[in-house]
Amino acid sequence: MPLEPYPTRLTAWGRYPHADGLEVKAEDLAQGTLRAALCRGLGRSYGDSSLPAVEDDVVVDTTLADRILSFDEPTGILRAEAGLSLLELNRLLLRRGWFTPVSPGTQHVTLGGMVASDVHGKNHHVDGCFGEHVTGLRLRVADGRIVDCSDHNEPELFRATIGGMGLTGHILEVEFPMRKIPTPWIWRESKRMPHLDAMIGGLKGAAGEWPMTVGWLDCLARGKRLGRGILIKGRWATADEAPRKPPRFKGSLRIPFAFPNFLLNRFSMKAFNVLYYRKHFKRIKCGIEHPRSFFYPLDALDNWNLIYGRRGFAQYQCVLPHADDNGPARRFLELFASEGAAFLCVIKDCGPEGKGMISFPRPGISIAMDFPIHKKKTQGFVDRLNEMILHEGGRLYLTKDTFTRPEHFRAMEPRLEAFGAVRRKWDPQRKLRSAQSVRLLGDTI
Amino acid sequence: MNVALLGATKGMGRALARLMAGRGDRIFLLGHVPEETERSAGDLEIRGAQRPVKTALCDLLRPETFCNALDRAEEELGGLDAVVVTAGLFGTQEQLEEDPDWAGRVLLANYANTVLFCEEARKRLLAGGGGTLCVFSSVAGDRGRKPVILYGSAKAGLSHYLEGLDHKFRAAGLTTICVKPGFVKTGMTAGLKPPPFAGEPAGVARRVLKAIDRGSPMIYVPWQWRWVMCIIRCLPRFVMRKINF
Repeated sequence: MPLEPYPTRLTAWGRYPHADGLEVKAEDLAQGTLRAALCRGLGRSYGDSSLPAVEDDVVVDTTLADRILSFDEPTGILRAEAGLSLLELNRLLLRRGWFTPVSPGTQHVTLGGMVASDVHGKNHHVDGCFGEHVTGLRLRVADGRIVDCSDHNEPELFRATIGGMGLTGHILEVEFPMRKIPTPWIWRESKRMPHLDAMIGGLKGAAGEWPMTVGWLDCLARGKRLGRGILIKGRWATADEAPRKPPRFKGSLRIPFAFPNFLLNRFSMKAFNVLYYRKHFKRIKCGIEHPRSFFYPLDALDNWNLIYGRRGFAQYQCVLPHADDNGPARRFLELFASEGAAFLCVIKDCGPEGKGMISFPRPGISIAMDFPIHKKKTQGFVDRLNEMILHEGGRLYLTKDTFTRPEHFRAMEPRLEAFGAVRRKWDPQRKLRSAQSVRLLGDTI
Repeated sequence: MNVALLGATKGMGRALARLMAGRGDRIFLLGHVPEETERSAGDLEIRGAQRPVKTALCDLLRPETFCNALDRAEEELGGLDAVVVTAGLFGTQEQLEEDPDWAGRVLLANYANTVLFCEEARKRLLAGGGGTLCVFSSVAGDRGRKPVILYGSAKAGLSHYLEGLDHKFRAAGLTTICVKPGFVKTGMTAGLKPPPFAGEPAGVARRVLKAIDRGSPMIYVPWQWRWVMCIIRCLPRFVMRKINF
């Protein structure tokens, strides 16, 4: 049966923008990617990274290519097709005491997507990004060849592919070591933090003892309370702390339709943020927690993106350099609180830069927040945020970006030259491209 | 359970094989691309199937491969408890009308050769004292309908054959299960607009496995299609001519 691309209309997690293109969905990724411009997994990037640049570009939906090819119990080395989801991997291996070395904030992502975005998690300050742990990739490169790359074989291509947004080659297979964990339960401690200095101090202070940390911010608090929130720390529970039984697989709820736009407004967001902060009655809480609610709290609601209504929403994530007085993060939050209203806001201290050529994290404080799209205001708002990042010497996460202008992005990213050189070598005609690469990297239509 | 599956590298067959692997069944894979069956075998082993999961070449377009493939399965598993057929070819009505070669292959694979394969499987299961033969037909075979005339006609023949088989051999210990999937979101239907009650392969697989355990002679998956097809079967011809379902 030939693989005929069919016309489709795609959008990603932010439900903005939408793009028309051709799609192929097949178990056989090697064949499906032959004519493709881009691969797309579960579509959890927020903006236009997984969208076709033009109507006749073929995008491959990789989710049917989800076989585990090998798993070596003693070493934990796992090799799988790129469409395998983290959800499925956790369902199979968490009970058996194995977990991915790095996990993002949702399990609805594919391994290919985890490499292309070079995802980071609550353990970034210790373990770096997912790409640090990948030991091998099989790619379909632009000229149609299938290339295996790793630190030893085509290392440049390997480094460019990690965090390369799928623009260097179609990721067919991923190999990395799973990590043995003492129990599948989490020991968690959370603490209310009254302001930004306390929060950043708390993150830095916990970094030495705790393998996993993250902070939730009430991003609408201003003045003395600016940056208040809840600091969450965790580690795998030891055998004598954890319940005897493995955690039960949790189901999730679905929202049946997009909420009306007006439901999420400045007041309801404010109320949510205050309640979330106040719900944490005690200053410190600790105990055993289910791994899903620790790693993937939002996964309890299958399609929470519909809360933002039909207009869609954008997420903005940047990393700002460390400073003794926490000035950059403070100024960023002040600007944000004065103009925007965000529903959820997350703060995390990042460890050293990884091997991914244009990977997002660098040492500093990363702040991520999402906000509903406003036709007239959002572009100007993102521009102002970007100008500030640029001024502070920060950096932007492509996976979350929808609105950044190319001049801003290029000014932030001196590393683009090296990335461009790898793309010129492996894809001189720029066959591989996305709506985002056309917007930001100067790919032509 | 010792089970041989034809067509388990993709779609609903893959989902069903994974469920069986998860409960520790002994699995043997039959398929026409050795590299694909090998990859699926590795996947099933990690998901809990008894090691090793072995494979053999079996191509629905080449009936001469059937005997040998089933012999290998029987030998490796040490006897067969169940044979599952999810393999088949597909094309939309427009594609098949335009391309007679393709239509020929679809008719041959989905009817004549599937029946020949089932005959070989039936003999072996009966010789071993009985067992289960579970074959995927389709709701397309329930009524002559405009969007699935050619594909549906082959599936209609297959459904009738399976019903007859069940009537004749159930007393002798052979349970025949005819699975009639409605629209299920797989690679086969990618690009077609899903109607209401479209199912997911994993959900279908759970129902089919239950039917295999119970020995139900015929099931619709997802379950709503039983009632949808009940209505469709009752519609008079002049209505069927008008509608495009």
